[in-house]
Amino acid sequence: MLGIADPLVLAAFLGCIAVAAVSVLYGILRRNAAVDEVTAEDRAWAIEEQKVEDEL
Amino acid sequence: MTGHSAVGWVDIVVILGYLLTTVYLGWLGYRRTRTGADYLVGGRSVHPVIMAVSYGATFISTAAIVGFGGVAGLFGMSLLWLTFLNIGVGILLAFTVLGEPTRRLGHHLGAHTFPELLGARYQSKAIQIFAGLLIFLFMPLYSAAVMTGGAVFAATQFGVDFEVALLVFALITAAYVIPGGLKAVMYTDTFQGLIMILAMAYLLFFAYTSLGGVSAAHQYLTGMADLVPAPLQAMGHQGWTAMPKFGWGATGYDLWWTVITAIILGVGIGVVAQPQLVVRFMTVRSRRELDRAVPIGAVFILFMTGTPFAVGSLSNAWFAQHGPLLKGQVVKEIDAERNHALVGLMKETSPGRWEPVINPKTNQPATAPMVVSAHQPAQDAQGAPLDLVSGRAPSVVYAKGDADQIIPTFINTALPRWFGLVFFLALLAAAMSTMSSQFHTIGTAAGRDLYERITGQHGTEPSVLAMRIAIVIGLLVSVSISYNVREDYVIARFTAIFFGLCAATFLPAYIGGLFWRRATRAGALASMTVGMLVSLFWLLLVKAKEASAIGLVQLVTGGKTSLLADYPNWPSVDPIIIALPLAILTLILVSAITKASDPQHLRRCFPQYAAPQATTRKSEPTGDTHARYR
Repeated sequence: MLGIADPLVLAAFLGCIAVAAVSVLYGILRRNAAVDEVTAEDRAWAIEEQKVEDEL
Repeated sequence: MTGHSAVGWVDIVVILGYLLTTVYLGWLGYRRTRTGADYLVGGRSVHPVIMAVSYGATFISTAAIVGFGGVAGLFGMSLLWLTFLNIGVGILLAFTVLGEPTRRLGHHLGAHTFPELLGARYQSKAIQIFAGLLIFLFMPLYSAAVMTGGAVFAATQFGVDFEVALLVFALITAAYVIPGGLKAVMYTDTFQGLIMILAMAYLLFFAYTSLGGVSAAHQYLTGMADLVPAPLQAMGHQGWTAMPKFGWGATGYDLWWTVITAIILGVGIGVVAQPQLVVRFMTVRSRRELDRAVPIGAVFILFMTGTPFAVGSLSNAWFAQHGPLLKGQVVKEIDAERNHALVGLMKETSPGRWEPVINPKTNQPATAPMVVSAHQPAQDAQGAPLDLVSGRAPSVVYAKGDADQIIPTFINTALPRWFGLVFFLALLAAAMSTMSSQFHTIGTAAGRDLYERITGQHGTEPSVLAMRIAIVIGLLVSVSISYNVREDYVIARFTAIFFGLCAATFLPAYIGGLFWRRATRAGALASMTVGMLVSLFWLLLVKAKEASAIGLVQLVTGGKTSLLADYPNWPSVDPIIIALPLAILTLILVSAITKASDPQHLRRCFPQYAAPQATTRKSEPTGDTHARYR
């Protein structure tokens, strides 16, 4: 199949495409599934992170 | 192989155009929202394309494209298992399983670097210093691999010496990294990622169309199995579309152990413990943002690693069909029906007179497996008649046996010059985006994780100075390593060493810290110590390629390349196979027999598992984390 005789290499070739397809599907199905809120803690973390970045 | 002309004015204009665009985007980023943290502060979302491509551009470097692409040219399409792991583990698993817990834990504990995350989770100053030191000491090895990848290509593309290319490449990346590129400006990362995608898409399209399509290209490559050079066959190479021979106890299985343990597992698993990638999860605003980035990230990695691995392998078919003609004398028929033969390479010294080409490594006449296309009468140097044959060989012959040269030689020979320039920009982009985060990590490891932890002074001027000095030292060390070490597929090996070391040292403590509340400070510290020491022991004394290059093993054993040189296959096994299981076991056993972490601290780490009254703490700002260390 596809000119590749070794089943393990063929599995790797098709597996790469399959796992990428699963990832695309996952992203589409869960597009709005998870909660999207920024807490005060998240914001406090980001302000501190800005300081760390600015120090550099 | 063919050696293009020197740098032309068009090259300079295009490269300058690219650099100016990068600078402009960086400047735009400074004026507006620039990093993940800025988006978070502003309460806005990062577009999933920007998030995914920026992460991918940091993930993928010249090491993956030139180094591992070249290894695929040497060892074949079995390397596609690495692409499978890069997508399955590096994107799907990392984003869906590790991303959100890392983000949450980092925000609960106020951690801003990977060592700080580990240190805060286990309330251990020692763990943070240990992790920071390991990053500071060994990250330059990975940076050197990235630099070598870019410099090797630039040298081939522009026909300059490797040393000159390395210097220019280092200066360009340093000019980007030192003043501004250290900030993870997402616009520039995305711009760089898009250039990389365009270059890879065209390269893949070209490789398959020039060989008659997907099936025809693979079929031809499958038919070349008998043209695998003899030294590789002796290691277990069974063709470029076949897995290496599997087994234990004979040198004929060495290649399987090298490819599977070092190249595929070491890098495929090691990616989830890469400090510069783990911190990216903390800059994300929510789980939804992570979910949305998965598709683009997966497709990006498919192109960025799948393309060089497939094209590296297919370059053998391209050279065998379209490569420059080589001349020589048949030494041995391999397959008379298909004109496959082992040919002693010859060069013309005077009109009609031919003499053998001498292999500089062995000082013996060079031979190459070839597809013979023509015969012609000629004379040897003494005037005796000989049957001179013309033919084409696999890519490794044109790359003079150096895997790191396979992708540059293919691009230089097979593709138009304009594409060589585009590919160079893609490599520059890959190097810049990866190196900016590498040196950012080195800087914060030295300043925040080492200097501040050891002195107890936080956010001071000397701490910033320590960061800057560390970055400059890291850059100089990387350039020195790159300049001095030029051996067999060194780009892939340096990358694999660093990834394997990170996996064995950090992975159990990191995963345990996220998901196992019973993991203790002592368990994590013991696990990290065992993982690092076993890895270093194996690299210094057992793994033949690395150990023999370092030289200590020869002193210890009286000249052998490995402590286990008399036991076949052991010298090819990667440290990760031994060190990672031992580190996992250590974490479990030591955690089981040592005192569990403070329940109050665990409630802070995992408020989602805490009693309802405790969960109200979730939204409280964390304040200073430094007081929580012991």
